Amino acid sequence: MSKEKSLNRRDFIKAGLFSAAGLAGAAATTYRPVPENALQPVERGDHSSHNGMGTVGSVDNEANGFDPHVMLTDWDLGVVSTMDNGQTLREYSIVAVDKEIEVAPRIFFPAWTYNGRVPGPTLRATEGDHIRVTFSNAGSHPHTIHFHGIHAASMDGIRQAGAGLIMPGDSTVYEFDAFPMGCHLYHCHAFPLKRHVHKGLYGAFIIDPDPEKYSGEERDVAISRSLGHAGYGDVNEMMMVMNGFDTNFDGDNEIYAANSIAFAYMNQPIKIRADQRQRLYLVNLTEFDPINSFHLHANFFDYYDHGTTLTPTLRIVDTISQIQAQRGILEFSFEGFESGLYMFHAHQSEFAELGWMGFFEVEG
Amino acid sequence: MTTTEENITTERASKRGGIPLWASWLIPLVLLAGLIVLFINTNPAQVSHGELPPVEDLAIQRIDVTANGFEVHVTNAGPDPVEIAQVFVDEAYWQYTITPGHTLDRLQTAVLTIDYPWVETEPHEVVILTSTGTTFGAEVELAIETPTPGGSEFLAYGLIGVYVGIIPVGLGLLWFPALRRLGRKGLGFVLALTVGLLVFLLVDTLLEAFEVAEELPRVFQGIPLVLFAAVLTWLAIVAIGSRDAVADRTSVKGRAFVALLIAIGIGFHNLGEGLVVGAAFALGEAALGSFLVIGFILHNITEGVGIAAPVTRDRPKLSWFLLLLLIAGGPAILGTWIGGFAFSPLLAVLFLGIGAGAIWQVIVEVGGLLRRDAERDGAPLVNWLNVGGLLFGIAIMYLTAFLVKF
Repeated sequence: MSKEKSLNRRDFIKAGLFSAAGLAGAAATTYRPVPENALQPVERGDHSSHNGMGTVGSVDNEANGFDPHVMLTDWDLGVVSTMDNGQTLREYSIVAVDKEIEVAPRIFFPAWTYNGRVPGPTLRATEGDHIRVTFSNAGSHPHTIHFHGIHAASMDGIRQAGAGLIMPGDSTVYEFDAFPMGCHLYHCHAFPLKRHVHKGLYGAFIIDPDPEKYSGEERDVAISRSLGHAGYGDVNEMMMVMNGFDTNFDGDNEIYAANSIAFAYMNQPIKIRADQRQRLYLVNLTEFDPINSFHLHANFFDYYDHGTTLTPTLRIVDTISQIQAQRGILEFSFEGFESGLYMFHAHQSEFAELGWMGFFEVEG
Repeated sequence: MTTTEENITTERASKRGGIPLWASWLIPLVLLAGLIVLFINTNPAQVSHGELPPVEDLAIQRIDVTANGFEVHVTNAGPDPVEIAQVFVDEAYWQYTITPGHTLDRLQTAVLTIDYPWVETEPHEVVILTSTGTTFGAEVELAIETPTPGGSEFLAYGLIGVYVGIIPVGLGLLWFPALRRLGRKGLGFVLALTVGLLVFLLVDTLLEAFEVAEELPRVFQGIPLVLFAAVLTWLAIVAIGSRDAVADRTSVKGRAFVALLIAIGIGFHNLGEGLVVGAAFALGEAALGSFLVIGFILHNITEGVGIAAPVTRDRPKLSWFLLLLLIAGGPAILGTWIGGFAFSPLLAVLFLGIGAGAIWQVIVEVGGLLRRDAERDGAPLVNWLNVGGLLFGIAIMYLTAFLVKF
């Protein structure tokens, strides 16, 4: 009788629909800078109306207590001191708190957070440092912190080992040496895992290589990756955690993003300089979907899977995929490119159009 | 209590100098208001549940497909205000404008305008996200521009209504001279056939009403609405039929009244059929629509026979037949207009409920004619001739319905 029900016989058309959608990919075939005069200037345009795709309104970063643009570089180096044996000690403090966060304009998600933000603080240390994390649970459920790295069984942050589950109101200390160098992560390992992860209990954990441990060419690379080292050079580093939010709790994400806020870097592009080397620490903590991916427009990058090597594990690629908890370092440059907007996004069109899409605004 | 007793009681109360009448009416209401305030302030329900998130229920009533995209009509059918946050179309966030505003109070309706490059004849899904992240979706099963009511469209849809309603009922009425020549048994058979036809229409109308009722926001209580509309219509017709002028169904006037009732019942049913056809055409089902129209002509031609059956012994005027034709067939035109330009599940449920009530009473009336004939002949009401006619009527409707059900 109704419009809806009377036409079910046309349902077969649906099968072919979603395969048709697609985003324009990069057309570059060789890894070389595009000559300045080869293309028409890129129209800056109005970011709020990319063919109508996108969200309406803007997120109140202040109320959230974190800003996805600041998050790109706000490394938490901990409180640094030297131990009796000469080892560098880094002490971090992490508190689990329940907090409602605005993940897209007007959409509020009842998150569980580390230090009131999703992703949690980006912990950064140097290979061999002693790490001491004081974890307090101010949330409403038992939580832990499970680090991806090398540590003793009792420091694994699971129910069955060490301090086990940290009950609301309780606290514990996780302690280990920072190994191996690379781009890592941490997350809550309380069960059910799916719920504790997708609610927001995760963050990036970056271990810089110690140049003293390497020699020759490897040493130069290690220096260039050591934040604050004299020979660090002109590098622009960024950290992105690819994540998603299942706002209606149906086991499927309604929102995808890098650093939580849908389209944050599309509505306000990330400004980068053409003459700077770019390094992106990329971590996948998307729940429910088996993989997430990163695609860079009009350029190619070198990729260091897990960041645990000083030579790239993949060279000259423009797309990589990561399973959940997989991560890596991307290095690229827009040297010699014309100024303008260069897009990046998950190359699953669905994720891209549900929020995981952004721009680098390259300035000459 | 008799009237006298009542008076005495009232007098006694006023004599005693007790509470004045207006106050005794008002006291429970004042207490009610007070208790509601008390409940809201103490809210004993909170003891068991604590702070609960608001219950949200958005009902997407209609999606109009326009040249530039979609117009989504949405009603807040839940108990609390709902804030509409974002919209995604085919799993992509899409920009929209909303009137009157993002926050909808209870039962408030808003229209979202979404510029979207829809693909003709393909399905599209529109999902609304509220501020709590709850999703409410609806599908455009086959994207084709929704017709806007203009002169030529009105004419075209009206014409379809004429084909679905007026023409078949009119053709059926043309059997009147042939029916007059039937013997008593033949006429009995035709009346039984009419009952069969009406039984089919009753079932069909009720099922359609329930189907649409399911789609209504729960707050409108669709199924009770159908049943109450049906019962009230039935009682109204019984009351009208009890007037002295037509109370005797063996009189010419009485029989004419039964024919009129049949026309009214069939009219409501045809209104429902018009809604289906109008909606199908609005969705661009042109090919299916033509097939549907031919189907309805075959399906509805028996309705004309049904209207003519009670009055075969009389000599009604041509103008009277034309009036019945308009009553029975005309609503199909109205139905195609509503279905095509402004399909409203609420209206459809009401109309179909009224139709079911009317058809029920018509079955009772025609059954009465059959019973009187049977009594006169000293035969039981349920005899082989009547059962055969009933079966034949249902069979015709059931089989011709193959052409219009899809």
